[in-house]
Amino acid sequence: MTPAIELRGVTKRFLTPSGGVYTALRDLHMTVDPGEFCAVVGPTGCGKSTTLGLISGLEPPSEGEVEVLGKPVNGIADGIGYVFQSDAVFPWKTVLENVAAGPRYRGASNRDARERARDWISRVGLSGFEDRYPYQLSGGMRKRVALAQSLINGPRILLMDEPFSALDVQTRSLMENELLGLWSASSASVVFITHDLEEAISLGDRVFVMTAGPGTMKSNYKIDLPRPRNVAEIRFQPHFAEIYEEIWKDLRDEVLVSYERQKRGAA
Amino acid sequence: MSRPQEQAARPVVDLAARRRQQARRRQVSVQLLRLAVAVIVLGGWELGARSGVIDKFFWSQPSDIATTLWHWVKDGTDLGPLWDQVLTTLEETVGGFVVGSILGVVLGVILGRNRLLSDVMGPYIKAANAIPRVVVGALFAISLGLDIRSKIATAAVLVFFVVFFNAFQGVREVDRNLVANARILGADGRRLTTEVIIPSALSWIIASLHTSFGLALVGAVVGELFGATAGVGELIYSAKNNFDAAGVFAGMALLAAMALVAEALITALEDRLIRWRPPVATETRI
Repeated sequence: MTPAIELRGVTKRFLTPSGGVYTALRDLHMTVDPGEFCAVVGPTGCGKSTTLGLISGLEPPSEGEVEVLGKPVNGIADGIGYVFQSDAVFPWKTVLENVAAGPRYRGASNRDARERARDWISRVGLSGFEDRYPYQLSGGMRKRVALAQSLINGPRILLMDEPFSALDVQTRSLMENELLGLWSASSASVVFITHDLEEAISLGDRVFVMTAGPGTMKSNYKIDLPRPRNVAEIRFQPHFAEIYEEIWKDLRDEVLVSYERQKRGAA
Repeated sequence: MSRPQEQAARPVVDLAARRRQQARRRQVSVQLLRLAVAVIVLGGWELGARSGVIDKFFWSQPSDIATTLWHWVKDGTDLGPLWDQVLTTLEETVGGFVVGSILGVVLGVILGRNRLLSDVMGPYIKAANAIPRVVVGALFAISLGLDIRSKIATAAVLVFFVVFFNAFQGVREVDRNLVANARILGADGRRLTTEVIIPSALSWIIASLHTSFGLALVGAVVGELFGATAGVGELIYSAKNNFDAAGVFAGMALLAAMALVAEALITALEDRLIRWRPPVATETRI
């Protein structure tokens, strides 16, 4: 079986404005199976977002190979959806126009794109808000728009960069449940980046732990909690606590390293 | 049980009504104060001129200016009917405004999108911008003659730089996440420009249009001063040659009125084009 995503020995370096070289990722290996929901946790600044940039084709790796759906990545590949951390819906488009953007860019007729957009807007529970502009929506609703905007293209790979980190706790677990619902109805593989281990375990089939920067994969854990899951309640299961403790031991060291570095950097 | 509810409900209604009343009263007092400012300034000027504190010959007086304006409206100016003068200047202004804005937006977007080009052209554009640009009016008066073209060119040059710098900056300030999102969603280079870069730069560009219409008017009038046969600027110029201060002021009043009308039109255009922006607090608008 070809993996959905495969990164082999990937290193990513950036030039800093002062002319130095900053290594964000170092010799990173990662494999995601088709249809798998992978969560990636790691301390601040470990290169989690950089990893998504490489998979999406927005950025090329400095060394190593990135393959998506069995093909080497060379520019932005088809079949990728990306939900950004900050708001990336277009503020000058209405909800309907935002969701219809993908199909239109991919050559669908205006009518067809709008029809499909209406369908997706109702699937994410925003019927009646088609003509609103993003500034008229709450943070949670804007995330729903972003989700519909990505999912309407039928991505086989969905990349999510801390999508719910700006939401309040209640809205967040609602959105997590909806995401699981939408994902299980698709056959997409998901790479979900978060700094929240609880979120990672409750959503993922597998949790990757990254080291402090330059980031590389430290370990990965298969999460054998049954599906369908209710994110708001799954954390009360005793087995959840066991998994959490096991992964946390791994993650804690990296968080401490990163914290110490930040302190030194600030001093 | 029902009493406390009634008590709770009534103050809310009263409060809303009182707020509305306060807002209305404030609106009325603002208008009255505005009127008072006009009466004090114009009245003081008139009194000063009549009592001899202000020299009428150099500074004229509001009643003379009004008389001149009325005379122009009724009998026409020395250059012909007043409407023709206003229309001439308006044509020059709008022409320069349109030409300068279009060139400014197009070149601003092109240079904003192309880093090499902007690095190469940067110093030249800054140098050109540093010249007091009204002097190009003299050049255009020689090369394009005394008809409308030299005025449009002068106005366009003044407008161009303001719009250009705003469009350029607007393109540069585009949110990188929005660009990345559009690319992932499948936008090609053309779509990226028309659907992300230009809308995003639009609020910068429109903000510059407010300033640049005023500059277009400056360009048209300066162009007329360098030599013309009609227009409000020419009207002012000939009034100056006759030591007619009232005529100069009357021309200024006409220009002010034209600028105010244009400002209102641009604000209406702005509201239409950037409906997607959260409305600004009305108090900040003048």
